Amino acid sequence: MSLDLQFFFEVLISGLLTGVLYSLVAIGFVLIYKASGVFNFAQGAMVLFAAMTLVGISDLGVNIAVSALLTIVVMVVLAYCVEFFILRRIVNQSQISLFMVTIGLSYILLGLGQLVWGAEVHSLDVGLPVGQFVVGDMFINQFDLSVAAICGLIVLALAYFFQRTRVGLSLRAVADDHQAAISIGVSIRNVWIIVWSVAGVVCLVTGTVWGAKLGVQPALNLVALKAMPVIVLGGLTSIPGAIVGGLIIGPARKLFEVYFGSIIGGATESWVPYVVAIAFLLVRPAGLFGTQELRRI
Amino acid sequence: MFYRAARRLPTSYSSQFLIIKRPEDRILAALAVGVAIFLLPHIASTYALSTLLVPFLIFSISAIGLNLLMGYAGQASLGSGAFMAVGAYASYKLATNVPHIPIVLDFFIGGVAAAAVGIVFGLPSLRMRAFYLAIATLAVQFFIEWLFSKVSWFWNDHASGVVSTPAFSFLGVPIDTPIKGYYFSLAVVALMTLLAVNLTRSHIGRQWMAVRDNETAAQLMGISITKAKLSAFAISSFYCGVAGSLWAFVFLKSLGITSYSIDTSFKIMFMIIIGGIGTIMGSFIGAAFVLIVPILLNMIPATMSLPLSTGVLACLEQIIFGVFIVYFVIVEPQGIVRSVRNLHQKLVAWPLTVNR
Amino acid sequence: MRNISPTGADTIIVDDVSLRFGGVMALTGVSVKVREGEIFAIIGPNGAGKTSLLNCINGFYRPTSGSVALVGADKPSISVSSAARSGLARTFQNLALFRGLSTVENLLLGRNLKMKTNLLQVAMFVGAARREEIEHRAAVEEIVHFLQLQAVRDEPVGQLPYGIQKRIEFGRALASEPRVILLDEPMAGMNQHEKAEMSGFIRSVNDKMKVTFVLIEHDIGVVMGLSDRIAVLDHGEKIAEGTPSEVSANPSVISAYLGVEH
Repeated sequence: MSLDLQFFFEVLISGLLTGVLYSLVAIGFVLIYKASGVFNFAQGAMVLFAAMTLVGISDLGVNIAVSALLTIVVMVVLAYCVEFFILRRIVNQSQISLFMVTIGLSYILLGLGQLVWGAEVHSLDVGLPVGQFVVGDMFINQFDLSVAAICGLIVLALAYFFQRTRVGLSLRAVADDHQAAISIGVSIRNVWIIVWSVAGVVCLVTGTVWGAKLGVQPALNLVALKAMPVIVLGGLTSIPGAIVGGLIIGPARKLFEVYFGSIIGGATESWVPYVVAIAFLLVRPAGLFGTQELRRI
Repeated sequence: MFYRAARRLPTSYSSQFLIIKRPEDRILAALAVGVAIFLLPHIASTYALSTLLVPFLIFSISAIGLNLLMGYAGQASLGSGAFMAVGAYASYKLATNVPHIPIVLDFFIGGVAAAAVGIVFGLPSLRMRAFYLAIATLAVQFFIEWLFSKVSWFWNDHASGVVSTPAFSFLGVPIDTPIKGYYFSLAVVALMTLLAVNLTRSHIGRQWMAVRDNETAAQLMGISITKAKLSAFAISSFYCGVAGSLWAFVFLKSLGITSYSIDTSFKIMFMIIIGGIGTIMGSFIGAAFVLIVPILLNMIPATMSLPLSTGVLACLEQIIFGVFIVYFVIVEPQGIVRSVRNLHQKLVAWPLTVNR
Repeated sequence: MRNISPTGADTIIVDDVSLRFGGVMALTGVSVKVREGEIFAIIGPNGAGKTSLLNCINGFYRPTSGSVALVGADKPSISVSSAARSGLARTFQNLALFRGLSTVENLLLGRNLKMKTNLLQVAMFVGAARREEIEHRAAVEEIVHFLQLQAVRDEPVGQLPYGIQKRIEFGRALASEPRVILLDEPMAGMNQHEKAEMSGFIRSVNDKMKVTFVLIEHDIGVVMGLSDRIAVLDHGEKIAEGTPSEVSANPSVISAYLGVEH
């Protein structure tokens, strides 16, 4: 394989794998949007909060597996609090109001996390392999590959959960039509708590993975902004969409930056993903896998 | 008791167009204007003038701009910071490269430039709605931030990305002291508020609200959705552009892209949601709230002599601000302006009660 | 029963229109001619395609085959805006009012196409803009008076009772001074008294302003008393057309509504 082509593939694969990382964040968004109709801007803050809690607890000397369990407990408590203090009081409000509330929530979580655990950067070692696979003449990052595998596992677990369990069915009912779900006896409150808890666990995994890659630092919160093009491209209501979105955006931004970035000044990664997402949205305004709203008159 | 609560029936159409309908309120408004023009600049400290009042006035303009777009026309936008930047940099380029034009006129042209950019970046609104549109406007925000930090032509290729803005004068008076800055901003705010109020009560404002409330029905009535949405983006960006220019030339006296970041866009959005989305008055209330609360929060530990480190303080402030936002959305989703209006109703009827 | 049967020129010509959505045929080969100045009703069981037909006349749906022509329209093919501009107004089954705006503001929006002042003039609000606004407010005031909406003129319509909202929507259609008004179930959800009032309004507008009406309605009593001619749709096809007495005696109409005895 020629050197140029090999380099292209390395960038491509690296992009695909980082795309999967964004998909992880996006999956958390989609879960919450599907069940509570809320576009959760606090997702990034939740990821950071989960990671900080995990690191904070394990730094106290607790075994990492136990720390993870304790963090899950914390995230479930958080889900309860969010449902009790916030969700049940904003039921019929406009989308913008709901979005605003999550921004407020993100500020609260960011402040709380730093207050409790401090603002320094922590490194996180969870035993994922580092180093490179060598395929032919190409280097593939082992860490990124393991992350992709983890993401795949999560998707399978979620798919099983939604399709095969009773709870999953109630979640889908609520996502489809709140009123109808209530009328058949589904407890919306329990559904919300479950969904936010599940999302919390996804955030923990995401935070762990990102934290291991970048270190657990406040900038982790910004992954939310980076994941937004992925969510929007895939469609707000689709987990497969989140994955496909990540697989498109990840390589696109890497390739653009590597091949065109130097010509126009570099640091294009902040806006290229958004432009790519918009380009797709112009053709399919509800995202690749999203559901189009029907206009009935 | 303070008001004549019995209904005054209108006898002419022109009387329907008065901005302040009750004579008692007009007295109040005249008082407020009098205080703002004659009293305030003299009793307020230079600190208050320059760090509170002038920013309040300037951001009120941005808040009105965003309110016209999001509150009246119902189009999501997270790019208001970017449009402020476009106005600021356009004015800067004009001020430094085309000296024959008075700088105050540059502010206006900068606003027009922002309006043009607003139309272009408002095009996705014809295809997308709500969140998808909000994300598209985020693209604008990030792209413009990138543009004004990488392409040095915009700041005349100075070595540092932050440049000082030239001094300017208005009608022969140099705007170089906080008091003059205050009066100038006040004048601009007054003019732009009047224009905004006229717009919102005209058929164009009604078209915006129709598109917001029921786009399909609006289209079926023959309203041009394209014209409505793009004009909303244009006007909104114009307002933000002018505010951006004022921010650089009157307040900061310098120009750098960091003042127009996504945090600014969020700040403006908070202003209109907390103040009252879809109202002009709410833009002012929200601007005052969002600008003053952090300052108050900062002052509390000092006055209470609490031994908190700056780090802890910053965290607490963040938490409290977040709680405020959540609280307001839950308790007063229509903004503070709704509480003010309820209070006004009660005052009009006092000592009788309002039966609504 | 109406005594006078207008025999004016055709004003809406629906010619062999079919409409397909995916695998479903909403309309199959429907042809209808509405005459100027008449009150024309479309009735039929639920799902018969009545609203779809109205949407085709309005330009909201483009027929899969066949054509719709509005006599007097400037363009041969119908689009929503050209229909509106050639004097067509309509109301909707599920109410399409602008909930955040007041009654007067909703009515004023009906006159939107007549407002010509541009953005700049409007922002200054002197001279032409002011005069135009006053002129249209005066026109709208007459509708407020005619429909007895004075009590709610400045209320945001979203909070008003359903019957009043229906009346306001009718007023908004009137405000554009149309030649033809399409009404989609204007009496739905009304009690007898409100229905009588609405029928009165429709007849009054038809008599005095010579406005043609095409209405979809389920209350057969209302339809029989109000309309000049009726078309009956069932499963997307026209199964009968004629005067109220002709239609009510038509056996296929009776079986469509009541079912055929096996």
